[in-house]
Amino acid sequence: MITVQNLTKKYGESIVLNIENLEIPKGQSFGLVGNNGAGKTTFFSLLLDLIQPSTGQIINNGVQVDTSELWKPFTSAFIDETFLIGYLTPEEYFYFIGELRGRNKADVDKLLEGFEDFFHDEILGQKKYLRDLSKGNQKKVGIVASFIGGPEVIILDEPFANLDPTTQIRLKGIIKDVTASKEVTVLVSSHDLIHVTEVCERIVVLNKGELVKDIQTSTETLKELEVFFGG
Amino acid sequence: MVVNKFMIYYLVGDLYLRYMLQKMPITNIKPLLYLPIQKSQVVRYSLGKTVVSFFNWAHAFFFVPFAVVLLLEGYSPVGVIGWHLGIMALFFCNNFINVLVNNKDNVFYGLLGLFFILGICQYYDLFNITVYTAPFFNFLFELPWMAFLTWGLLIALATSAFTYFKRHMYLDAGLAGKKSVAKTEDYIWLNRFGNLGTFLKNDIKLIRRNKRSKTSVIMSFFFIFYGLLFFTGGIDAYEGPVWKIFAGIFISGGFLFSFGQFVPSWDSSYYPLMMSQNIRYREYLSSKWYLIIIATLTSTILASFYIYFGWDAYLAVVVGGIYNIGVNSYLVLWGGAYIKTPIDLSSNKKAFGDKQAFNSKTLLLTLPKLILPLGIYALGHYLISPTAGYIFVGMAGVVGFGFKNKVFTMIEAIYKKEKYKTIAAYKQKV
Repeated sequence: MITVQNLTKKYGESIVLNIENLEIPKGQSFGLVGNNGAGKTTFFSLLLDLIQPSTGQIINNGVQVDTSELWKPFTSAFIDETFLIGYLTPEEYFYFIGELRGRNKADVDKLLEGFEDFFHDEILGQKKYLRDLSKGNQKKVGIVASFIGGPEVIILDEPFANLDPTTQIRLKGIIKDVTASKEVTVLVSSHDLIHVTEVCERIVVLNKGELVKDIQTSTETLKELEVFFGG
Repeated sequence: MVVNKFMIYYLVGDLYLRYMLQKMPITNIKPLLYLPIQKSQVVRYSLGKTVVSFFNWAHAFFFVPFAVVLLLEGYSPVGVIGWHLGIMALFFCNNFINVLVNNKDNVFYGLLGLFFILGICQYYDLFNITVYTAPFFNFLFELPWMAFLTWGLLIALATSAFTYFKRHMYLDAGLAGKKSVAKTEDYIWLNRFGNLGTFLKNDIKLIRRNKRSKTSVIMSFFFIFYGLLFFTGGIDAYEGPVWKIFAGIFISGGFLFSFGQFVPSWDSSYYPLMMSQNIRYREYLSSKWYLIIIATLTSTILASFYIYFGWDAYLAVVVGGIYNIGVNSYLVLWGGAYIKTPIDLSSNKKAFGDKQAFNSKTLLLTLPKLILPLGIYALGHYLISPTAGYIFVGMAGVVGFGFKNKVFTMIEAIYKKEKYKTIAAYKQKV
């Protein structure tokens, strides 16, 4: 689904990301871990063509993302609060995203029904604008919005951060459901090793912009990661 | 004195401007709360900051020259000083009233409505409030010690503001941001415009629900009355025929200049979303363009009262409107690609322009917006006849309108080219 070739991003002299080769097959749940400054968000921003690569390219389903816009219809993402429109209510925001992705109100309502548990009565019908929601609730909105419109690639940056324990567990279930069909590719980054090892079938470790580990998740994976980050 | 007569309106107008624009001192208090500083000191500091605000000393521009004139005219110096001290205290009173009533919209708009009605009553000679208020201001002059009264009032207000703030200095009380009750709105009638409607809906919500954009639109409404300076012959320097077009451009283009100028910065806080969502640049730009066009047409229609000053005056407005639609609407969108200043929608800071927004490229683009139509008109006016001047300017607009697709393709390319730089610039917090 996603092919990365000789991708580097430089700011002045410093190289913040350098991935020679990375192949993410369709339907994979892909986890990205690394300390602050490892290049996780940089990689996701490159995937979304929000920053320009210094060299190399990313090909998403046959579309080179920095030259064509055709990856947009089948790719969705929630990176941070800049993906939310603060002066809209959650409902308005979902409908807005829905309309952009060719889904009418009824379609969106139907999708939202499935997330009732996840919202825990804190999102819909609250008479609040997104800017007045708590960080955790904003995150819930952003994550669910990225599921609207049947995307084939979903990119979530730190989806577990700021969520309460119950919601974290529910989110894990949701991600597993989405990837169960092997139709949707999900890319997740996290600082929480337990969560990613549970959710992702493959984990890639970035360190100072370099790809240092590429693991098919197994029962030993968590240990291996703990040794890596502990050492 | 005439000034005394209208002083009451001047004061209320000042309060209005403050309420709309002056920034409250509470915004930067939070980090000070848990530092080892006494609470009363924090309050004193933040209230003190409002005292030196632009809104207080700006009045000096009017009152200092005024005092000099009065003294030259031979008014008694003691009276003049007393009067000024008194009035000065009243402006500082406004400062603290504003602090106290901040965010109490119903009180404020009630007061505003009252004075609006009073103004109308006075205009139609029904009831004249100035008859009752003017003597007070006259007293300030005749009995200079009266100034102590206003200073007393000022001290009372300042103390109450102080105690009020000190008592409410908790995150969930005075320092809590105002949370408005949100209502989900559909604007179903816009659905028929397809994708364009989606963006228009969002833009309408953007304007209605954010302080900064609301202020811009209110300002653009006042632009309509800008022409009164020209057509009433109030200012001699504006008598030249060419200036009529200048007025026309401004009257019909208030929204274009105050809102359009800052596209796409209005969307700066969620620009990455717009850039990665399933959106074509063209649709995004078209929606902003239509918004500008609708607003320009509305302004032109609202400005029809200029017919009172002769058809000639209104013709200038209409022609200015056509030029705004056909030429200036593209130019503001084009210029917008180079303005990379993020806008903080929730505050009115910098609502009156921003240094960064005036870089050389945007300045260059201002020339054709204002100077070019004047030139075109002058060409027609002096070579052939005034009517030809109007026709020329109108034609320029119509021709520009005809090239819409071409121009949009060009603007789209520029936006794409500037995309990465724009995203990076919007990341910098205001």
